[in-house]
Amino acid sequence: MSLSRKDFLKLMGGAAAAMTVPTAFLDGCKQALQQVSARTPVIWLQGQSCSGCSVSLLNAVDPDIASVITQTISLNYHQTIMGGTGHKAIDVLREAVENARDDFVLVVEGSIPTLAPEYCTVGMVHGHHVPVKQWVEELAERAKAIVAVGTCAAFGGIPAAKVRADNSNPTGAKGVSEILPGKTVLNVPGCPPHPAWMVGSLVHFLVYGLPELDEYNRPKMFFGQTVHENCERLNDYRRGRFARHWGEDGCLYLLGCLGMDSGCDIPRRKWNGGANSCTGSGSGCIGCTEPTFPDTGNRGIYQHLNASLEEINKIENEDIRLAVLNLRNGGIING
Amino acid sequence: MAKVYLDPITRIEGHLSIEVDVQGGRVVDAKSKGDMFRGWEKILKGRNPVDANQITQRICGVCPVSHGLASSRCLDAAFKIRPNDNGRILRNLVLGANFLQSHILHFYHLAALDFVDITAILNYTGGDDKLEGVKAWAKNELDTKKDPKIRLTAVSPFLPRYDSDQYIKDTDLNIAAISHYLEALDMRMVAHEMVALFGGRAPHLIGLVPGGVTQVPTRDKIRQFRRRIKVVEKFVNDKYLPDVLAVADAFRPYFRLGTFRNMLSYGLFELNNEYTQFMMPSGSLINGTVEALDTNNIKEQVRYARYSSGSNLHPLQGQTEPQPGKGGAYTWLKAPRYKDQPMEVGPLARVAISYLSNVEPVKREVDAVLGRFNADINAVFSTLGRHAARAIECKLICNDMKDWLDQLEVGGSPRTFYEIPDRGEGEGLAEAPRGALGHWIVVEDKKIANYQCVVPTTWFCGPTDDRGVKGPVEQALMGAPVADVENPIEVARIVRSFDPCIACAVHVVEGDRDIASFRIV
Repeated sequence: MSLSRKDFLKLMGGAAAAMTVPTAFLDGCKQALQQVSARTPVIWLQGQSCSGCSVSLLNAVDPDIASVITQTISLNYHQTIMGGTGHKAIDVLREAVENARDDFVLVVEGSIPTLAPEYCTVGMVHGHHVPVKQWVEELAERAKAIVAVGTCAAFGGIPAAKVRADNSNPTGAKGVSEILPGKTVLNVPGCPPHPAWMVGSLVHFLVYGLPELDEYNRPKMFFGQTVHENCERLNDYRRGRFARHWGEDGCLYLLGCLGMDSGCDIPRRKWNGGANSCTGSGSGCIGCTEPTFPDTGNRGIYQHLNASLEEINKIENEDIRLAVLNLRNGGIING
Repeated sequence: MAKVYLDPITRIEGHLSIEVDVQGGRVVDAKSKGDMFRGWEKILKGRNPVDANQITQRICGVCPVSHGLASSRCLDAAFKIRPNDNGRILRNLVLGANFLQSHILHFYHLAALDFVDITAILNYTGGDDKLEGVKAWAKNELDTKKDPKIRLTAVSPFLPRYDSDQYIKDTDLNIAAISHYLEALDMRMVAHEMVALFGGRAPHLIGLVPGGVTQVPTRDKIRQFRRRIKVVEKFVNDKYLPDVLAVADAFRPYFRLGTFRNMLSYGLFELNNEYTQFMMPSGSLINGTVEALDTNNIKEQVRYARYSSGSNLHPLQGQTEPQPGKGGAYTWLKAPRYKDQPMEVGPLARVAISYLSNVEPVKREVDAVLGRFNADINAVFSTLGRHAARAIECKLICNDMKDWLDQLEVGGSPRTFYEIPDRGEGEGLAEAPRGALGHWIVVEDKKIANYQCVVPTTWFCGPTDDRGVKGPVEQALMGAPVADVENPIEVARIVRSFDPCIACAVHVVEGDRDIASFRIV
């Protein structure tokens, strides 16, 4: 039985009841994959990464990671889990380039340093350490698709954050699309990305081609709405109930939650098999799916308020109003 | 003499390469080198101190909880606050849960493929659906991928691997290990769900704040956490620990390989709010003597590291000024020293120091393992000792976490509150799964004026120091056998037993290699 793209999208977005996403997702992936005959090879490279995206991918519930590796794709290269070491591992990459293979999807995790090739090298070929930038450029040349997983690969992320003293960056770290001009890069940001975003985007590509993308090349099915729109605390916001400290009941907006500015479905999808969510745990959104993470101008992660003066003056509790005014005037948030 | 490069060391976190000289079938020289640099400490300067909690977690996606905790304690100290009971216990619970996920991941998914023969699945004749599926998959891969263009991708990512006759030969043992490899994927995921219950999400917790955590311990969350402990505990006791012993039994020479004896621990799991009592105590072990921890003894040396900044500095005065092409230097990892000594950190350090400090539960578990192999305590300072120490820690953590859940005040505040001071200094110590982790902060004008991290992997993967003494991994490799220089699996086993995490080794960079002119093809 085949699944239409429209039905697949419905299942991916979990448009029905929020907590049933995993089961629906499983069925969606399974049905969709019955339409692809051969398992598509994937080459997964790590640049300036912390491996957090890969660790998050291991948390994939439906389908689980073992099924992904044996039934969905053929994972040719992934530094963190592959059996080979040293030249045994690097031969896979070397032969992919030398044989001009064009059958694989290139996935990149981590940003790419541009100030000096030495800032990130992967493997030794003919006695030379190979910069990750070179691997990405050469493999991207013929890849069927290029996927940037995580905010570092998509937009630069924390490795590309500005040094406050002079607005420089230590390594010239860039997102993948910035070093591959003219190429379409599918961005699946998040720090880390939810495993369903990674698997779902890949499945969509394998079965239906590129998903519909937003202005930052993110699949709309996952990043098309803001955290705020999906938030468990939306009613608190509407009724003017605001938390004064992280962890308290109420909308976290006044503390600097970035949910209004961030495209992400976590409050509905939840993390780790439904165990919790950023806003649900009382911590707020830090905007980790956005190109601006973690700088957000000069604001940083935990200092914020862009509400209008008029709106702030509506806050009845004087303590909160003064704290918010202080924030708005560039003050630092205490929690 | 053969020069042997293992680049990259896969199945670890991050970009590490190892260079060894082999003569007469033995390692006669060893260098461990990192291949990635991001400049975290520079990025942190000038930011809101509280941002350090989120930013430093991104140093490592495998042990973000430990960085988050070290950073939180560092901020606690700078802000002059302490967590309440709930805050301390909840922090311990998320850390304990992440220890479970990290140790299980390390043994089954990172280290085991150096011992287990994955191709044994082709001989599987049992009736388990999952294993039959894996067998059919592997067989199909080998049968259909004959095209020379893709010959290396058959049964990827598990093959190709080092060719060796040193993998386990017992089919039943191999099959059991492969089965547990799959089960362990679920177990580490369950452990991550535990992290998320009180930490908001995993990896990269959202819920750590100075003073504690943000998640209130509700009855429902506690119940969910307890249910998952029981699932993981059963796996640890029935499979993980027995599997480690089975591997040890098949590779007994590794009780004498990869040895190192100086140990350092900052103490794991605070049992009181004064941080004076730990489940596994802090301390140093030098020349067989355990002494109390004094972090004033920590210095970082840079004679063989590519830094122009001063050597032998305490982290609070720490500097990170790179100097590519510095004469004589061969790495960008600094060499941390404690009382001028190179120190191993990690599960072995924690277990050995606890054992020699007569911590009863640790003594009981270690003696049980040693008894099985007719070995004395000297055997633990080895490749296999490190694997056993991880499994023992998991068993003890599962056991103790249930008590900690009982100590929570249900529905009570999970934290104390802070105000960011104009000026302050703080030290935050934590144990990561792979060892002692320290963060140091200087706050000025409510902003970060200096931030330094001394991470576990820098302790054990660091280079030769100012006095010419090699780092722990380098020393552990000296004299190791290498039967086949094309397939140096012995070196890989020893290095992986330390559980290196190179993204953590913040200072690491490769500086002056002639690679710009090279093109593949």
